[in-house]
Amino acid sequence: MAEMADPFVIAGRTIGSRLIVGTGGITSLDVLDAVLEASAASLATVAVRRVDPAGRGGILDVLRARHVEVLPNTAGCFTAAEAVLTARLAREAFGTSWIKLEVIGDEDTLLPDAVELLAAAEQLCDEGFVVLPYTNDDPVLARRLEQAGCAAVMPLGSPIGSGLGIRNPHNIALIAERSSVPVVLDAGIGTASDATLAMELGCDAVMVATAITRCRQPVRMAAAFRGAVEAGYEARQAGRIPRRWQAQASSPVEGMMTLDAPPLDAPPLDAPA
Amino acid sequence: MFVNGRAVAAEPGMSVATLVAQWCPSAEGIAVARNGEVVPKSAWPSTDLGDDDRVEIVTASAGG
Repeated sequence: MAEMADPFVIAGRTIGSRLIVGTGGITSLDVLDAVLEASAASLATVAVRRVDPAGRGGILDVLRARHVEVLPNTAGCFTAAEAVLTARLAREAFGTSWIKLEVIGDEDTLLPDAVELLAAAEQLCDEGFVVLPYTNDDPVLARRLEQAGCAAVMPLGSPIGSGLGIRNPHNIALIAERSSVPVVLDAGIGTASDATLAMELGCDAVMVATAITRCRQPVRMAAAFRGAVEAGYEARQAGRIPRRWQAQASSPVEGMMTLDAPPLDAPPLDAPA
Repeated sequence: MFVNGRAVAAEPGMSVATLVAQWCPSAEGIAVARNGEVVPKSAWPSTDLGDDDRVEIVTASAGG
């Protein structure tokens, strides 16, 4: 209901869900289908990879049947040039100019390479792509990406696949507060409460892959994330109470009885004398 | 030539369209790069391949 009143819009397109699902790590297309249904996602990422000579595939068919839009990514790219070529291939293959831009610095951390990321973002924005960059939890870099023309920013909570949650909530809140494009928390989510926190910090949406696809019961977890994102969004909109150093009674003082209580060792009133 | 990192004998006059037909059951969701440049689908039939070409044929895979 609230989402109808305040739709989630990127580059002029209304996205039906504030939970974006990553397909990485999914164990089968059947599980993917069930996860998409349980999550109610309307946008899901895919990677661009060499065709499999064995003919495996069909991920696009699963997304299409669920009316889930494809968000191709540039996962695995280390340079701006690789990412730009991957984005161009994705546009040609899937007929979408949307690209989740990932340019990583090394394989151990999978953290974004800020210099290459910004260069790729500038190039792709110039070429008319709708660029959604996976970025560090750095408010300054987020602003630079926005100034380059990115349609959203996707700061990490913690390293990809780590499940460490949001390690710097203050920076995520800063990014959300200062950004004039949508902020999608990406990477590091471990469980549903992390997604709720992201929304409470002011993010517009959350992207989840590993936390769903590699957990023990992915379909159940997808449903949990659906509720978690909605709960965080609703709580944020409702406006939380301020934090206090001291207690504040929730029951009124007015109307308190003033009867003197009997001593603890007094016999019960109805006891025989 | 190299197709997806594998050495493949380039048949004379082979086009990108012919190669894709050999490698993929359908051209749906497929893109091709030749020597680091995207070959648009409309240019597949008219783009001939030779021994020096490095071709990448890609599609969607679980990721991200």
